[in-house]
Amino acid sequence: MTKKIKNLNLNFGPQHPAAHGVLRLILELDGEVVEKADPHIGLLHRGTEKLIENKTYMQAVPYFDRLDYVAPMNQEHAFALAIEKILKIEVPIRAQYIRVIFCEIGRILSHILNVTTQALDVGALTPSLWGFEERETLMTFYERASGSRLHANYFRAGGVHKDLPAGLENDILNFCESFPKVINDLENLLTDNRIFKQRNVDIGIVTKEDALDYSFSGVMIRGSGISWDLRKSQPYECYEQLEFKIPVGKNGDCYDRYLCRIEEMKESVSIIKQCLNKMEKGPVKSQDGKITPPPKKELKQSMEALIHHFKLFTEGYRVPNDETYTAVEAPKGEFGVYLISDGSSKPYKCKIRAPGFSHLQSMDYLIKGHMLADVPAVLGSLDIVFGEVDR
Amino acid sequence: MNLIDLEKKINSELTTKINKTEIKYNQIYVEIDKDDLIDVVLFIKTNKYTKFRQLIDITVVDYPEQTQRFKVVYLFLSHEFNQRMILSYFINENEVISSLTSIFPSANWMEREVFDMYGVNFKDHPDLRRILTDYGFEGHPLRKDFPLTGHTEVRYNEEQKKVISEPVKLEQNFRNFDYESPWEGTQYIKEQTNNNDKKD
Repeated sequence: MTKKIKNLNLNFGPQHPAAHGVLRLILELDGEVVEKADPHIGLLHRGTEKLIENKTYMQAVPYFDRLDYVAPMNQEHAFALAIEKILKIEVPIRAQYIRVIFCEIGRILSHILNVTTQALDVGALTPSLWGFEERETLMTFYERASGSRLHANYFRAGGVHKDLPAGLENDILNFCESFPKVINDLENLLTDNRIFKQRNVDIGIVTKEDALDYSFSGVMIRGSGISWDLRKSQPYECYEQLEFKIPVGKNGDCYDRYLCRIEEMKESVSIIKQCLNKMEKGPVKSQDGKITPPPKKELKQSMEALIHHFKLFTEGYRVPNDETYTAVEAPKGEFGVYLISDGSSKPYKCKIRAPGFSHLQSMDYLIKGHMLADVPAVLGSLDIVFGEVDR
Repeated sequence: MNLIDLEKKINSELTTKINKTEIKYNQIYVEIDKDDLIDVVLFIKTNKYTKFRQLIDITVVDYPEQTQRFKVVYLFLSHEFNQRMILSYFINENEVISSLTSIFPSANWMEREVFDMYGVNFKDHPDLRRILTDYGFEGHPLRKDFPLTGHTEVRYNEEQKKVISEPVKLEQNFRNFDYESPWEGTQYIKEQTNNNDKKD
C-alpha cells in the first residue's frame, strides 16, 4: 500500500524573532528539508523614494537614517556624496575624517548586532548581552555628535552639521583601546564554539559565480573569496589615505561570513584610530553660503546671512540638472543612490539601492535543500534589516 | 581598459545598437533601443573586454509630459575592470519589455519592483507579482501622477473584526508650497546681467 505524502507549507513570520524584522517567509517543506522559500517583503514599505521626491535635499537626509536603522550614518553618507558630486563641492578635510569615523562606528554597530543576533539565533545568549553594551556606548557617541542615538541626521552635503563636542574625540579613542578586548571575548565565546560551528560551517554556501549573479556585495561577496570593497576599489572621501585590510573568506558559508565581520570590526577600530590621529582643527562644512546655512550668531547682524538662512530652510538649495549613481560600502554591502536632479530644490528621482534587497532575494537559492533549523542561521548571516529592504 | 577605450570598444562592436554614449563622473552612460536590450546586455556581460558581471539595479524614471513616458535604467558593475555602466532606453506607457532574469537571476525582484512601482510589464518574467506594496494594492506609487498621500488608508474595523481599506481622509492635504522666488534673480534679470557682462 502506498501513501501519498504532501509537502508542508510553513508560514515563517512576519512575527518571528528570528525573522529579523517583518519578513514573511513561506517555506515549502518535505519533512524537515526546505524545498522552496518565497520571501514576502514590503511589510515595512514606507515609500521613502516617493517622499524624497517631495522634499528638499536637506529635508531628505533623515529618511536615510530610517533605511538601515542599525547603521544610519552610512546611508546618509551615500546621499551626501551624491549631492556633492553633482554640485561639485569640496568637503573640508576635518569633515571627511568625522564622516569616516562615524561610518566606521556605524559598521561596528551593524556588525555587533549581526554577529551577536546570529549567535542568538543558533542558541547563544551571552554574546548579545555583551555586544549590546558596546552598541550602547557607540550610540552615545552618535548622540553626543548629532543629538540622537539612532536617527542622526548629521551629514550634510558639504560636510557635517556640527563639529564634535569637546572631549568626544578622546572618548572615542578610549573606546578604540578597550573595544578589541570585547571582540576577543566574543571570539572566545563563538569562534571555536562547537555548537556555533556545527550550526554555521558549510551552511548557506555561496560560490563566486553565484555571488556575482545574485548581485551580492559587502560581506556576502567577500565571504565567498572575492576581494571587493568599495572603500578600496572605488575610494571615496579620505579612504585612500587610510590603511586597512579587506578580510576575505574562503568557503562562502555562514561561518566565513561571521569571521569576515569580526575581522572587519577590528579594521574599523584601526581606521577610527588613524582618523583621530590625523584629524586637525578646521571647518566641518563647505563654506559656500548658498549651500551651508550661516552660523547662528551671524543671523542677528548680517542681512545676507538672514536671507540665506530663510531661503535655505524654505526653498533649499537648487541642484543643477544631472544624473549620477553613487555607492558607498555600507556595513551590509553596496548601498547606492541613483539621483536625478532637475535644477529645482527637490530631487526628481532618487532610487535607493539597498544591499539587503538582493541578498534576501537569494534566500530561495541559499536555503534549498537545507533543514528548517538552518533557516534562521542563513537569514542571520545575510544580515537583513527591513528598513532598507522595504524602503 | 579605461573608460575611453571601453566607450570605443562598445561603439565599434555594437555600432548600430548604441544610440549615444557619454562618460561622466567616472561612469559610462549608454543609450540604446528597447529591442536591443538582450543583445547588448549579453555582449557586455560576456565579452572579455567589458565583463559587466553584476547587475546592480534596475529602475525607471517617469516623465509624464513626454510621449515616451518611461526611461528604463539598468546599472551594471564590472569587478574585473572596476567600471560602472548606466544603460537606459525610453518606452511608451503600455509597452512590454524583455526581462533579464535569464541572464541575471537577481533581475527577478528588481523587475518585480519596477512593475510594482511603475506598472511596466516584462515579458518572460517567471513570477511577475507585486513586491513592496500591500496585498491587493491598486495603482503604481512612484508614478508622478500618483498622489503622495495615496488613495486608500487601512484601519482595523471593530465591527467586522478585520483590517479594511477606505479612501484617505486627511484633516489637511500635503501642501506643496512654491518657494521658487527670485533668490538668484528672476530669469529676465539673469538674462539682463548676462548681457551686461558680455558688453563689458
